[in-house]
Order: sequence, then C-alpha cells, then structure tokens
Amino acid sequence: MSTDALAGVTHFLRRLGGAVTGSISRLGFASRFLVAIAWHSPQALRRFQLTIREVYFAGVLSLVIILMSGLFVGMVLSLQGYETLKRYGADEQLGILVALSLVRELGPVMAGLLFASRAGSAITAEIGLMKTTEQLAAMEMMAVDPLARVIAPRFWGGVISMPLLAALFSAFGIFGGYLVGVRLIGIDDGAFWGQMKAGVDVWPDVTNGIIKSLVFGIAVSLIAVFEGYDAKPTAEGVSTATTRTVVISSLAILALDFVMTVFMFRGGGQ
Amino acid sequence: MPAAPSAESHHALTDTCHLDPHAAAIELTDVSFAYDRRPVLRGITMTVPRGKIVAIMGGSGCGKTTILRLIGGQLKPNAGAIMVAGQSVPELDADALYALRRRFGMLFQFGALFTDMSVFENIAFPMREHTELSEELIRDLVLMKLHAVGLRGAAQLMPAELSGGMARRVALARAIALDPMLVMYDEPFAGLDPISLGVVGQLIRKLNDALGTTSIVVTHDVYESLKIVDYLYFVSEGRIVAEGTPDQVRASADPFVRQFVDGASDGPVPFHYPASDYRTDLFADVH
Amino acid sequence: MNRSAIDLWVGVFVAVGFGAILFMALKVGNLLTLDRASGYRIEANFDNIGGLKLRAPVKAAGVVIGRVEAVRLNPKTYEALVTLRVDNQYSFSRDTIASINTSGLLGEVFVALDAGGDSVMLKDGERITKTQSAVVIEKLISQFLFDKAAEGGGGSKK
Repeated sequence: MSTDALAGVTHFLRRLGGAVTGSISRLGFASRFLVAIAWHSPQALRRFQLTIREVYFAGVLSLVIILMSGLFVGMVLSLQGYETLKRYGADEQLGILVALSLVRELGPVMAGLLFASRAGSAITAEIGLMKTTEQLAAMEMMAVDPLARVIAPRFWGGVISMPLLAALFSAFGIFGGYLVGVRLIGIDDGAFWGQMKAGVDVWPDVTNGIIKSLVFGIAVSLIAVFEGYDAKPTAEGVSTATTRTVVISSLAILALDFVMTVFMFRGGGQ
Repeated sequence: MPAAPSAESHHALTDTCHLDPHAAAIELTDVSFAYDRRPVLRGITMTVPRGKIVAIMGGSGCGKTTILRLIGGQLKPNAGAIMVAGQSVPELDADALYALRRRFGMLFQFGALFTDMSVFENIAFPMREHTELSEELIRDLVLMKLHAVGLRGAAQLMPAELSGGMARRVALARAIALDPMLVMYDEPFAGLDPISLGVVGQLIRKLNDALGTTSIVVTHDVYESLKIVDYLYFVSEGRIVAEGTPDQVRASADPFVRQFVDGASDGPVPFHYPASDYRTDLFADVH
Repeated sequence: MNRSAIDLWVGVFVAVGFGAILFMALKVGNLLTLDRASGYRIEANFDNIGGLKLRAPVKAAGVVIGRVEAVRLNPKTYEALVTLRVDNQYSFSRDTIASINTSGLLGEVFVALDAGGDSVMLKDGERITKTQSAVVIEKLISQFLFDKAAEGGGGSKK
C-alpha cells in the first residue's frame, strides 16, 4: 500500500475509534446524568408546581398532534385492514386487528416518535438556550441547582405525559377505526366491539402497551434533557442538539420496541 | 441616593457568622489555570479589600472571566490559593460552596435573566429560593431593589420586552437581591449606549457604598472604570502586567497601560496576528 | 399562562389520559385476566389438536370461560396433552366432552366444552376422558374422495 493510502486508512481508523470511544463515554455521561436527575428528583417533586408546568408544556400542548394522528392512523388501519381481511372472509375480525395493532405497537411507538419530535425537541431547545444565555450558570451562582429546578421537572413532565399520550393515541385510533369500519364500511357494530373485546386482553396487551410507553417516556425525556444540558452554548450548538434529540430518540424508541416486543409477545406459537 | 435596606431586613438577609471581619474579602495567591492544555492564567496574585471596587481589565479572551469563575467556585485552579472571606474556595464541598454562593451576587454579561419569568419574579427568585420571607415582604424588597436601579415601573414586564440597558439594570437588581457580601460584574458595560453606560457605572458605585459590599468588575471599558473603581488590575496573556489606583493608572508610563488607556492600535499588544514575513507571503510561488 | 389555567389543563389532560386507559381496559380488552389465582386446571388428551395455540380460548356454549395454558406431547402414547385454565365460577361434570373447533372456516381454533349429566364435577388437575380431536381439512377431503370412489364402483359419473 502506498504511504498516502496507508495514512488515509489509519486516519479513518483513528476517527472511527475516536467516534466509538466518544459515543461510549457519552453514554456513560448520560447514565450518570440519569442517576443525578433521580437524586435531585425528590426536590423537584416536592415543588410539584414546577413539574405540573412541565406536564402542561410537554403533554397538553402535544395533545393536538397526538389525537389527530391517532385518529387518522386508526382510520387508515381500518381501511387497509378491511381490504386484506375481506379476502379471507375474516372482515369481522377488523376490530381485533385495529385494536391489537394500536394497543400493542402503534400507540406507544407512534406516540413516542411524535412526542420526541414535538416535545423532546422543544425541551432540548429550551434547555440549550438557557445554557447559551448563561441562565443555568446564573442559577448555579445563585446557589440554586439547575438539575433540581430546571432539568428534573422537565424529565418527570415527559415521563408522566408519555403513557397518557400513548393511551390517548390508541383510544382515538380505535375510535377512528370504528368510524371507518362500522359507520363507513358497514361492518356489524356488535361484531366489531365483541371480537375486539374477546381478542384483547388487559394482560398482556394493554399493560404491555403501557409499559412500553413508560419506557419510551423515560428514554425520550432523558435524551431530551441530556442533549439540551450538553449542547454547545452557541446557536448552531443548540440546533445540532435539537436534531440529535429527535434522531437519537427515534432510534432508541424503535430499538427498545423491538427488544421489549420480543420479551413480551413471544407467544402466538407454542 | 437609593434607599438603603433597614437594619432588620439587613440581618434577615445576611448571615455573617462565618466571615472573618478582618480578612480582605478576596485574596488570590499565585493562581494558575489551564483549559485542556492551554494555559489561561499564570501566577495571578491579587487582593480585593472589603468594601472596595476593583476592576480587572484586559483584552478579550485574556482570562478575566476565568478569574470570576475561579472565585465563584465554578472552576478549580491548577495551582495557587483562592481565599474568600477567610475560606479556601477550591476546597469547599458542595454544600459549603452553595452556602458561600448565597452571599454572592453576580451580574452576567447581557444579564442572563430568566426569560420565562417577569422582571419582578426574576428579582424575587433568589429571595424565594433562599429565604422564608412572606410574599408581602418579598414584594416590598423587590420593589425597593427595582427602585434602587430606577425600574420600579417595569416590574411586570418580561425580559424580552426590555432594552439592553434595562435588562442589565434588572440583572443588577437581581444580583443585589439578598444584599450580598461580594458582587461580581462580568462585562457590565458591554454593548450599552452612552447614557446606559453612565447609569450602570453610577449604580455600581452607589450600590457598593450603600450596601457596604465588595465589588469586582471585569471589563475592558477603561473610561467608565476609571470613573468609579478604587483599584485596577491589568491582565495580559494570563499574567498581571500592571496595577494601581485610577490616578496611578492615568499617570502610568507602563507601555501596556498606556496602550490600553490611550487605545493605541499597536504597542505591547501587537496589531498584527503572528504571521510570516509580509513580502515572502505576498510574492510566494503558487504551487 | 397563569398558574390556575395551567393546573386546569394538566388536570384535564391527566383525567382524559386515565380515561383512555380505562376505556382500553374495559371496552376494548376483556378484564378476564385469568392468572393462576382465578382459575383451576383441567387436563385433556387429543389425538390431534390441529391449529390449537397457547392462550386459545376455552368456550362453553360459545362463551369464553378459560384459556389454553399448556400443550405438550405424551412421548409414549403420542397424544397431545393440553392443560386448560378454567374460570373458578364454572364447574364441569366428569363426563364433559372437550372438542377442538374452528370458529368459521378460517377463524381461530378453540376448545369447546360440552357439559354432561354426571353429578360429580371436575376438580383442579383432573382429566377429561371424552375428547374429540380437531378436524383436519386434508383428511376430510381425502375421506370424501375415498367415499366417492367407493360409492361409484364401476361406471361412475364425473
């Protein structure tokens, strides 16, 4: 190999190694950050007003997009599902199809993705901006720990909001499925709800869906506050951090979803 | 003259039992600090007596703000001692550091006001966090502080609605909210119009005298500083190159001080960024 | 946004959110949880369970009263051993017939229990003696063709 090519390869390897070690140390930092947040949480939960404020900004303000998306996803599911089920004469199973898809998967995952892009990015931008304008430093110099006063409430606001949003997504989705399936297409009302009730179990379907949304909530909230806290205190730094939040949260949701689904819904076969 | 706080509220807000009344307020001895591997401060020794205003001057990026961060405990020095009111700052644990910071006030560059709160709430913030005062008492104190900086009528505005000068003054009111023993100003004159410059300068002097605090002003505005401070330190490339009272500085023959005070473009701080010979650079062959 | 407005909206959000969870638990899912605590076991052996899966429903008169809990193969008799978890409130006589049915032609496979007249009821862990295996379509068709061929003998019409 010529010296230039060799230099190129070593340079590439060094950068790759640097990127890997950088990511791992970042992961370690993030884990310590989570522990620090948990440590300071009692204070944040005592001043519950702060957390309530964050539930408002993360949860309530995400309602519009969550409900609308849920409704549309449910309606499309119903439409597409009907076409396929009709082929096997199983169109009365539409209720189960819509309900299980939403409750087990689409509800938690899609609500998580939407939450990450709407609320997660907003949290990151807000914290990053506070860092850039030295508001966090000012708080520290006033002997107020920003972890307790700014970070922890936002983290818990996200964690509390996520399962509720996922449940609302699924509920509205089922309603949308009902609108299309029963009202539009004309499937029997009783069959729709009856089959659904018979096929969807509170345990494991509904509860696992809730567990998933809780896990997603923790992941997205942690990533959002961490990226904001760690952002470079410049305009591009904040914008990079915001993008990272959305990208990493989405990947994390999909990866965690896979892992959890394997553990939760291994059954089906014997 | 701004209204001085009454004796009762003064005691309610400041707890002086840990202060050594005879020590100079701040003492830095041979302090060195490097950021990653880049040395920022080398062997800094300075004293800030109680009740005085001291200015730290120098060009941009010479380490002035770093000195404030070292005093405030946000950074730890690589070498040297930092004593504040008889306590060694780098050796304090988290709780003791926070207890000490409650006696500080800091004015950040551009204010660093909390953008999601009104002016009133910004100033009430340290009071609500660190004291058990009733809301009525807090209200009175906030209005007093605002009155001292001349912005009592702006109490309900949001920071986004304030001009630069007004924001700076609100931040000043917040910095003195708990009648601190030490107030640190990070570039208080940066980016202000001439009137605001005069106002801020006057406030720094008056509040320092009225509250009996000690003040450190980090700035590169020579003109305003010479009008109000008691002592100046000049920092260049991480070292103290000159110091003195305003009169001494004005009469100084030190080339650095002269360049700074006169605003000359070339002198000990060179005009040209280090580069190779001009002629060779210009006529270099293009390969 | 002042405090009371925020509190109100957050309260509404949390209430509606919990309402959605409740909706899913009650109207969408069945609250028949049937874990170890609320059901008893019945064993049944089949020659062929067809497409019967774990957690398939156990029905009596079409009503879901339990779930299939375990399926194993008896290595000596080559029969399928199926464990059913039945809700405590329903008892079945010893001569109950267990059969494997399909709901509709392509529907899900489930175990149907036909209660008999015996006065003695099955207890936890006891076995149903009368079982009817699943109908396997291929066998049905080949049976039909066989019968048809036998019936036709010589000179059969197509």
